[in-house]
Amino acid sequence: MDTLSALALGFEVALRPENLLIALIGSFLGTVIGALPGIGPVNGIAIMIPVCFALGLDPVSSLIMLCSIYYGCMYGGRIASITLGIPGDEAAVMATLDGFPMAQKGKATVALIISGVGSFFGGTVATIGLTLFAPALASLAIYFGPSEYVALFIMAFLTVGGVATKHPTKTLLAVTFGLALSTIGADSQSGIPRYTFDILKLYDGINYIVVIVGAYAIGEYLSFLEEKDPGAVVRPKMEPLKSSYRNAWNDLQRCWGAILRSSGIGFIIGILPGAGPTLASYLGYVTEKKISDKDGTFGTGDPRGVAAPETADNAAAGGAMVPMLTLGIPGSGGTAIMLAMLMSLNITPGPLLFERQPEIVWGLIAALYISNVMLVVMNIPLVGFFVKMLQVPPSLLMPVVMVFAIVGVYSINNVEIDIFLMIAFGVVGHILRKAKVPIIPIILGLLLGDELENALRRAIAASGGDWTVLFDKPIAVGIYAFTLVAILASIWLQRRGKRMEGAT
Amino acid sequence: MNTFKLATAAMAAIILSPLPTSAFEPTNVQCVAPADPGGGLDFACRTIGRILSELDLVKGTVQTLNMPGGTGAVAFGYLKSKKAGDPNTMVTGSTIHVTQIAQGKYPGKYDDVRWTAMIGADVGAISVSKNSTLQTLADLAKVIKETPGSLAVAGGSAIGGWDHIRFLMFARAAGLSAEEMKKIKWVQFDAGGPAVTQMMGGHIDVLLVDLSELVGFIQSGDVRILSVLSENPLPDPWDKLPTARQQGFEAVGYNWRGFYLGNEVSDDDYKAWVDIFDKVYKSPNWQKAAKDYGLMPLWKGGAEFEASIKAAVEETRDLSKAIGVIQ
Repeated sequence: MDTLSALALGFEVALRPENLLIALIGSFLGTVIGALPGIGPVNGIAIMIPVCFALGLDPVSSLIMLCSIYYGCMYGGRIASITLGIPGDEAAVMATLDGFPMAQKGKATVALIISGVGSFFGGTVATIGLTLFAPALASLAIYFGPSEYVALFIMAFLTVGGVATKHPTKTLLAVTFGLALSTIGADSQSGIPRYTFDILKLYDGINYIVVIVGAYAIGEYLSFLEEKDPGAVVRPKMEPLKSSYRNAWNDLQRCWGAILRSSGIGFIIGILPGAGPTLASYLGYVTEKKISDKDGTFGTGDPRGVAAPETADNAAAGGAMVPMLTLGIPGSGGTAIMLAMLMSLNITPGPLLFERQPEIVWGLIAALYISNVMLVVMNIPLVGFFVKMLQVPPSLLMPVVMVFAIVGVYSINNVEIDIFLMIAFGVVGHILRKAKVPIIPIILGLLLGDELENALRRAIAASGGDWTVLFDKPIAVGIYAFTLVAILASIWLQRRGKRMEGAT
Repeated sequence: MNTFKLATAAMAAIILSPLPTSAFEPTNVQCVAPADPGGGLDFACRTIGRILSELDLVKGTVQTLNMPGGTGAVAFGYLKSKKAGDPNTMVTGSTIHVTQIAQGKYPGKYDDVRWTAMIGADVGAISVSKNSTLQTLADLAKVIKETPGSLAVAGGSAIGGWDHIRFLMFARAAGLSAEEMKKIKWVQFDAGGPAVTQMMGGHIDVLLVDLSELVGFIQSGDVRILSVLSENPLPDPWDKLPTARQQGFEAVGYNWRGFYLGNEVSDDDYKAWVDIFDKVYKSPNWQKAAKDYGLMPLWKGGAEFEASIKAAVEETRDLSKAIGVIQ
């Protein structure tokens, strides 16, 4: 079956009225879930799995529901990032860097429109990519062995300095702190508990959602309490849509390069197993900063700094479907949960899925096109509705965010210790913010630290203790060379552009 | 809320219990899945909950409580310390948990809970890439016996975890000494899928994971199964896969799914639960659900199940000591 007729079959499935309705509900819920701080795609999909079973949905409909929630979360995550400065989920962290400053300058709507366009573009490019290259691209995954992954993560950590330019020492400290946090819990290779102090609930390590919600929601709440006049705290605000379209259109002209590059970066990162939207939005932002931040405007409300990460994370969400469907390997937390759902629906993802159950795969892919269109409509002309949800006064919103944060964090594992950890990280995050230590490198260290360690130890275990295995793979060496060039380039750029300091 | 409901239910049960003729009937059951939503243990809880209701074997509802942590240790500790006498709270267990208990990683011993029934199992499989020079289990045995450190073996568990232990069962059957077993290179992955890709890419040589994780790759011809670790050949469509026993190696390694209750649950209530699980196991509802999920229906209940747990704990301890995972 050639691709076009397969896709036609898919649209036939996806355009059935009940599936259209399901995609609409999923897109709406996904946007809401993504917009609420701290509740990300993983929780959102996990919550909806029992609902799919309860409604007795058939496999295709269940998958359409979960995938449209997943795509919806990627859209919704940016709303709180931009209007409140609190990431809706971990992939939306990068959108706060320029999105929130834009909102403070009275350009929240412009930022929302631009990121909405970017999200649509990234999501559509990824879905087209999924359609065209799925089987071929998935074969790339097998060239990435443990050594190549080590190189990839080392690149991520060494280039993190680019995110927080002003204080490289503090950034490195923050990364190290995050890496240290990631060692807490049972060691995955030997099962030996590390830094758990015989507290059973720490055996699984520190959940990064706990840290993110703590550092952002609780930290924000503490800052709010410190304000003399709580009513004057920045509130989510939006300028009228009509007058913003023109501004957004003008700003967009500068963003096409960022959107195009980030679509590619996001899609490729999404395909790599274990490197999901979070890494993609990070790399999308950093790359764009490296390429186009000639005036040092990134971090102060540059529209390209909003477009890049939001395009990349939506593209990665689509890219992550490629290894999930073709090899049964999740490329992100959200697809990992979907994989579990597939298995429980008796669909075995693997190289043969495209041949044996084409109506499911292609129905799903067609549904992704459709929900992407639904989402862009919800997220640009109708975005005001979702912002309104955040547009309550902080004195009302903040306690509600607290309740959501506490309930959401508790509902992940049903353990009280997560709530205490979250509050502790809120306090720590608040202090670190005052000390101008960036939070994002801590979270990246925690997120990717386990993966780095696992990859490193797999590489060493497979070679029988021979460290040279890390450097004798061409792809790995290529990544290291690229990292070196990137670091040298950033040093060179910093020396050349002393005026960056003036811009702060 | 829940605790309150359960407490009232328990109290009602106590007040009503003097009637000696009425057999125990579970009411508002809580099934603890020691895992996140979506995994195999979560599936077991939810499916059993559904079937218990469908067959009208419980009063009220069956609720699933997800309690991940410490590879099941958190749920085990919860049952032991808070619900030891509650006949309406059960926990899903699997082979992986028994391995952890045997190695002293739980806050208690295997006989601190009452192992009630196993109702299904996945089976371990030793596989290689389609391009591998290894054609049979005997080829693999020869290589690891002569040069134990030459192959990178991978699975979905940590060193000393169930996949590793199952591979060592085969290694021991192939005649390796404890010292030689320690030389086998073990590479850990979180799940079977990523490990297979790594094997296809030539980054690892041999894989031991549950058969259900390999189904897609067997059908596509990307992996070759050297053996499955079942007692007897598997039912259709896997009946052609050779068992280790058929090839002369005594290695059997299931990954079963079962349930346990608190230690202070009375003998009568325990027996009632064994009977209930027997009914669930025999129902077409479970037989179909298990098959759909890639599990083989497999039954052990009551004393027989407890004895098999004891034997498994002892064997795991032996092997763990041999490779130095525990003292």
